[in-house]
Amino acid sequence: MTLTLIAILVVSAIALIFGALLGYASIRFKVKSDPLVEQIDNILPQTQCGQCGYPGCRPYAEAIANGDEINKCPPGGEATIKQLADLMGKEPKPLDAAHGVEDIKKVAFIREDECIGCTKCIQACPVDAILGAAKQMHTVIIDECTGCDLCVDPCPVDCIDMVPLNDKSENWQWDFTQVPRSDENLGDIPVRQLQ
Amino acid sequence: MSKLKVASSPHHHNQRDTGQVMRLVAYACIPGIMLQTWYFGVGVLIQIALCMLTAIVTEALIVELRKKNTERVIKDSSAALAGLLLGICLPPLAPWWIAVIGSFFAIAIVKQAYGGLGFNMFNPAMAAYVMLLISFPVQMTSWLPPISLAELNFSILDAIYTVFTGFTIDGYSIEQLRVGADGVSMATPLDHVKTSLVEGYTVQEALQTPIMSGAWGLGWAQIAIAYLVGGIALIKLNVINWHIPGSMILAAMLTALILHLADSSQYASPAFHFLNGSLVIGAFFIATDPVSAATTNKGRLIFGASIGVWIIIIRTWGSYPDAVAFAVILMNMAVPLIDYYTRPRTYGHKLKTSAINNSEDD
Amino acid sequence: MSMFADYDQIMERIATQRLWDFPGGVHPVERKSLSNQESIARLPLPELVHIPVKQHIGVNGEIIVNVGDKVLRGQPLSSSDNAFSVPVHASVSGEIIAIDEHVAAHPSGLKELTISIRSDGQDTPFNYEPLSDYSTRSKAEIISAICKAGISGMGGAGFPTHLKSNNVKPIEFLIINGIECEPYITADDRLMREHAWQIRQGIDILNHLLQPKQVLVAVEDNKPEALKTLSIACQQEDHYQVVSVPTKYPAGGEKQLIQVLTSREVPSDGLPVDVGCLMYNVGTCYAIADAVIEGKPLIERVVTVTGEALAKPRNVWARIGTPVKDLLTFAEYDPNKQSYPRIIMGGPMMGFTLSSVQVPVVKITNCLLVPAHKELPLVEDERACIRCSACADACPVSLLPQQMFWHSKAKEYEKAQEYNLFDCIECGACAYVCPSEIPLVHYYRKAKADIRQQQIEKEKAEKARIRFEARKARLQREKEEREEKHRKAAEARKQAMNKDGGVAQDKIAAALERAKAKKAAAQAKAQTSPDEAKKQAQSVPAASATIVTSQDDKQAKVAAAIARAKAKKQERAKQQESAPASQETSAKKVDKPSNE
Repeated sequence: MTLTLIAILVVSAIALIFGALLGYASIRFKVKSDPLVEQIDNILPQTQCGQCGYPGCRPYAEAIANGDEINKCPPGGEATIKQLADLMGKEPKPLDAAHGVEDIKKVAFIREDECIGCTKCIQACPVDAILGAAKQMHTVIIDECTGCDLCVDPCPVDCIDMVPLNDKSENWQWDFTQVPRSDENLGDIPVRQLQ
Repeated sequence: MSKLKVASSPHHHNQRDTGQVMRLVAYACIPGIMLQTWYFGVGVLIQIALCMLTAIVTEALIVELRKKNTERVIKDSSAALAGLLLGICLPPLAPWWIAVIGSFFAIAIVKQAYGGLGFNMFNPAMAAYVMLLISFPVQMTSWLPPISLAELNFSILDAIYTVFTGFTIDGYSIEQLRVGADGVSMATPLDHVKTSLVEGYTVQEALQTPIMSGAWGLGWAQIAIAYLVGGIALIKLNVINWHIPGSMILAAMLTALILHLADSSQYASPAFHFLNGSLVIGAFFIATDPVSAATTNKGRLIFGASIGVWIIIIRTWGSYPDAVAFAVILMNMAVPLIDYYTRPRTYGHKLKTSAINNSEDD
Repeated sequence: MSMFADYDQIMERIATQRLWDFPGGVHPVERKSLSNQESIARLPLPELVHIPVKQHIGVNGEIIVNVGDKVLRGQPLSSSDNAFSVPVHASVSGEIIAIDEHVAAHPSGLKELTISIRSDGQDTPFNYEPLSDYSTRSKAEIISAICKAGISGMGGAGFPTHLKSNNVKPIEFLIINGIECEPYITADDRLMREHAWQIRQGIDILNHLLQPKQVLVAVEDNKPEALKTLSIACQQEDHYQVVSVPTKYPAGGEKQLIQVLTSREVPSDGLPVDVGCLMYNVGTCYAIADAVIEGKPLIERVVTVTGEALAKPRNVWARIGTPVKDLLTFAEYDPNKQSYPRIIMGGPMMGFTLSSVQVPVVKITNCLLVPAHKELPLVEDERACIRCSACADACPVSLLPQQMFWHSKAKEYEKAQEYNLFDCIECGACAYVCPSEIPLVHYYRKAKADIRQQQIEKEKAEKARIRFEARKARLQREKEEREEKHRKAAEARKQAMNKDGGVAQDKIAAALERAKAKKAAAQAKAQTSPDEAKKQAQSVPAASATIVTSQDDKQAKVAAAIARAKAKKQERAKQQESAPASQETSAKKVDKPSNE
């Protein structure tokens, strides 16, 4: 009987000590972190394209924080999903094709001689990257354009194209399969004729 | 009329690939194997052949199942080397299934189950050896006396018969073979000394038996020297670094010396420890297995020295006569930790003031 | 700097030829004798040159010529309009036929802005303006001459020389790099052997400019002839010292050479000048002498054209912009010696493969390597890493290439950076020794490019977020402004109504009258009827705030106080009689008029 009592006492004492220890640790080592929505918003690519079904990146961030799926952002693609999965402690999933597919980076380009100056694209642009005034020709500030595609539909004369950003050697990604060498062959150089 | 070939630099490569490295290690074993065969008979070669064959076949089968390029994997010779090392460690007249089970375990479980070459945590040969030693202690400790001591005229056919049937052509069993000229059961010097100590003899008394000639366990010492030669050749050829074998032997010798100085009747001399058992082969051929060893020079020193200390501790106080396999496996487990705490200081970076970094850097 | 040697210790070690060492390094087969046996030849004048506008680290200069312009040899094509731009010059005389994108001297094979000139065959020189007697000129003048000559580091990195020379920190060691540690390359070797005197002149200019305590000219000990000629050229100056450095790749790396000579380490986030050193390549010294003493811009350089697929490998003086095919033709390229065509610009360790023979020679092109079939075999697919750490043993900056490889491959970039990925100098020693033939450097480059890209995208995303939020704020503001406008418009309408129709005003006046009348009535009641007064008194605290504001209210207060007193008396007389509901209404009666 006393043995049982001792056992119970010991176990309770241990539980108490560990409980106290854990409680102390949770106060002492409390990690202060940004609110979740901030963190999610920082991961999202901020194209504000709305492909996720929300009106901008922040609303989607809020939705994710409230339990929405993490695979609805085509501009962010796999990399963003992976980061979100890490943050949320979820399994990374493939991109939800219902929201679009991951594409190469593009920017909007206005064929300026066709532009009628209706300002509809300016209103549609979520990041104010289109310059122009009513009845004046509009143009896109390439550096500010997120490639969200939202200005293309409103244009009544269809003068906006999404063009791929030119690869530059400074930010080449070391992908040798993409090296253009189709029309270059050694057969064209005079050396060949030497022998 | 073909396109220009594009590739990333460097375009220049050292012409020594994994397969060559593995084969060089295997070649360096040859002097040791030759002497071992001289003293213990062709059984040694039979065991090695069995182990290598099983290892290669197992590797090929599993790689085939994993749908990888079988030819390429076999060509890296790592399975063959694992088999070779296990074969060297087995008693020459152990039954054939010991070699087969051991090699299969080494390749299938220890290596491939972990993801194949480069991903195994433990040294395959040693893990298999430990498994065999624990599971089949009798067969694994049935070492014959060096052949020059044995009375029987033991032929190649006898060896083959014994390995595959358990008896010689004339019908002797291994146990009968192991009884030497004076009717004393033969054992390895380490085994003998250990048993003698348990029976109350001193180390000096234990060494006064026919299988020992002083500290030089007959045959064993010569074999150890042969492996030492091979090992030094590997260092010279830049196949292995000196760090692991150097620190391992030094640490073992130091530990043995301290114990020996404390009580020479109970603890054998460093020379005895050096020349007997598998310390030398372990230092140069086993612990240096790159996959399961530490990766930085500092780490290698710690890794090697720890194995050395463990070997003497286990030989002295453990229940098994030799300890290389146990020591290596133990330290294999510590490798991630060692690697983590022995990261070198990168050029242009400040010295890290990690306590562990400083205290273990000896 | 306490952990490194000081000036005196270093000088003593150098005097006794006991240099320091850097960790790791490799000894690949040198193959230098393939190209260093003959003197530097002169390439025939190219018909066409393609001069990229940017050949250095920095930004483009502003183009100052147009298509169709006739230019002379050495005439500037672009101007250095900011500190980070370096001008380029016509390397032949002739006509500008295009200013367009042309395939660049870059592993990507992408196109860059390039000025193409068709030579007129005359090679007429531009009128150069030398700086006569530079020792009397100001520092700024000399630096400007270097900048105008379009000089950027010729050892490989291409950092603008005028920026490096515009240094204000004290310098102990001016190091002249004649190491040329890459196998095959002998351009600097031949230059040192043949033009030691002009290199010495360049060193003199730098010495004048930078005033170091000591000039160290470092040459690897596999170039005894170069060591000898430079020693002779430098012997008059006491503080010039030619140092023979043990051959080991990559001893010619800036950080490694500083470590070998001084034991000092350039901080990871710092520059050589932080440890009192500044380093120039011998080719750069040669070009500086040209620029200052003759006013001649950088329009040609020595290029080693080598490899067993060439019948006549050697060094050539090539005009900047010369297409690679001209050099190959000159060295008699034999395609049959290659099983697949492959041209490497630079050495076998750090050079890059070309995707076109139209790639021009640029200021940093030191070598063209055309290996024969079995000379530099292409690696097969990588095998599994066996964790042998041969890479870590070979790494000259003490990285753990194996761990960096795991993390780079798995795209765990944070961890890769924890292992100091960005300290990797991409020398290739790790991949050279790897028995599993893993293209380690390629993984690091990809990881670095990816990290940089992510960084750029992150910054861009941040900018987009700010703009998005600014837009939202603007829309919100516009909405509020619109509402405000509507409100004001409504008010204006109201006022307009007041002006023309007296009816409304009368109504308001009437309403006010009514309110006043009510208030007066209430006060009268409070004074006359004790009951009412009592009720009113109880409601006073609630209304007190409004009461104090007006004159009338003061009177009311007094009245209330009187009423309170009376009420108390009456209370004592009649013990009961109270009506909460009517209290409320009386309170309102007091409240309302004062509010309006």
